[in-house]
Amino acid sequence: MTDQSYNFAYLDEQTKRMIRRAILKGVAVPGYQVPFASREMPMPYGWGTGGVQVTAACLTPDDTLKVIDQGADDTTNAVSIRKFFQRTAGVAVTEATTEATIIQTRHRIPETALTAGQILVYQVPIPEPLRFLEPRETETRKMHELEEYGLMHVKLYEDIARHGTIATAYDYPVRVEGRYVMDPSPIPKFDNPKLSDSPALQLFGAGREQRIYALPPFTHVVSLDFDDHPFVASKAPHDCDLCGAGESYLDEVITDDQGGRMFVCSDTDFCRSRVAAGHSGRLGAGGK
Amino acid sequence: MTPEALTGGFADAPVQSAHAFRAALEALSRPATIHSLHGATPPEPLSVAAGVLILTLCDATTPVHLAGDHDCPALRDWITFHCGAPLVAAQEASFAVGRWEALQPVARFAIGQPDYPDRAATLIVEMPELSSEGPRLRGPGIDGIATLSLPESAAFIANRGLFPLGFDCFLTAGASVAGLPRSTRVEDV
Repeated sequence: MTDQSYNFAYLDEQTKRMIRRAILKGVAVPGYQVPFASREMPMPYGWGTGGVQVTAACLTPDDTLKVIDQGADDTTNAVSIRKFFQRTAGVAVTEATTEATIIQTRHRIPETALTAGQILVYQVPIPEPLRFLEPRETETRKMHELEEYGLMHVKLYEDIARHGTIATAYDYPVRVEGRYVMDPSPIPKFDNPKLSDSPALQLFGAGREQRIYALPPFTHVVSLDFDDHPFVASKAPHDCDLCGAGESYLDEVITDDQGGRMFVCSDTDFCRSRVAAGHSGRLGAGGK
Repeated sequence: MTPEALTGGFADAPVQSAHAFRAALEALSRPATIHSLHGATPPEPLSVAAGVLILTLCDATTPVHLAGDHDCPALRDWITFHCGAPLVAAQEASFAVGRWEALQPVARFAIGQPDYPDRAATLIVEMPELSSEGPRLRGPGIDGIATLSLPESAAFIANRGLFPLGFDCFLTAGASVAGLPRSTRVEDV
């Protein structure tokens, strides 16, 4: 039941129009960060205010919403945002990736391949990929204008000089359609290949930093690398201990103070549906 | 202002504009796909789809330019009442509505600035009809190649040459809408 004290999907219509115009310009210039007048939301910055505003501007009453936090449907951030839209928009919610029409995500792309008609909304903390290299907005804006991205390659090169390999494991910079260097939000670099040529529309919202950007479907996205140090989508070299999946991104869970640990899928819906289908890992129901 | 100007808006703005935006978003993010827009009954000569787009996207912060036949008292009053959008000359417009011939020369519309390419105009081009027969399109949002009935090719090829600057288009006919963002490469046929 929609909470009648609020407009549909919480935001007022003028705010939604402003956000919608920013989203459309973001779609027209893939990878470019469109400034928008981010509103205060009833949750603190850092809890997905940008993603929530993008989702609110996109929601219709017919949508089915899924919210994940680091792949999980049942963590605080995911549960509270899901409840927020249940109350203010009255939309259906789901934990199944295949049933969702809009998926708001914090720092993961679902393991299950997305399909046409789905929208993936990312919560972005720092949208500017060059920000930690150049703190001045005036300068980073000029660098994007002039395609002056050498500094980003210097950073990756310094990784190689210091560690022998590109040590950046998340928030790994990408180049969109050969033009804008973009921050894919802090997803693990394991997820980077899924950004490119996805059938789904991908929208990025940064509330505190007041930026919206987008990747239309079938947009070519390349992770930055060097010929002799090519990009590698890395993950922990294990199988999931619950469902046995060898190809999913894993979380490491410390289980005792004797060095015991287990690896489980970070995508809870993917893991649960595999277990339901009869797959089992080292510590799964079938393995005990 | 005539009483007719007061009619023809959304009956349930939050929900109808949400549906309309999703159709517009799908149209622009998948160029050459044709979607339908409903909910408004604007005065002639504005099409239903163009009327819905204006109700969904325009307000007092977005100057609108009415081109050619669309610059008529009935339409001026309707937009002023329902959106409050200032009606301006082509150079100052965030949104421009009209037939393709009336929008010429399109080079006068805002294409954004090199550091702010988003500050570009959106053209709502009123077409006699929309179909999937026309020049071949490639680019973001298109899986391989798509085709769409465009009023011409040359202007869109020139517009793509300005990327990341350039204007973005919605093509409307009746209740149908298709999107053509500046990122789309149009092939000359």
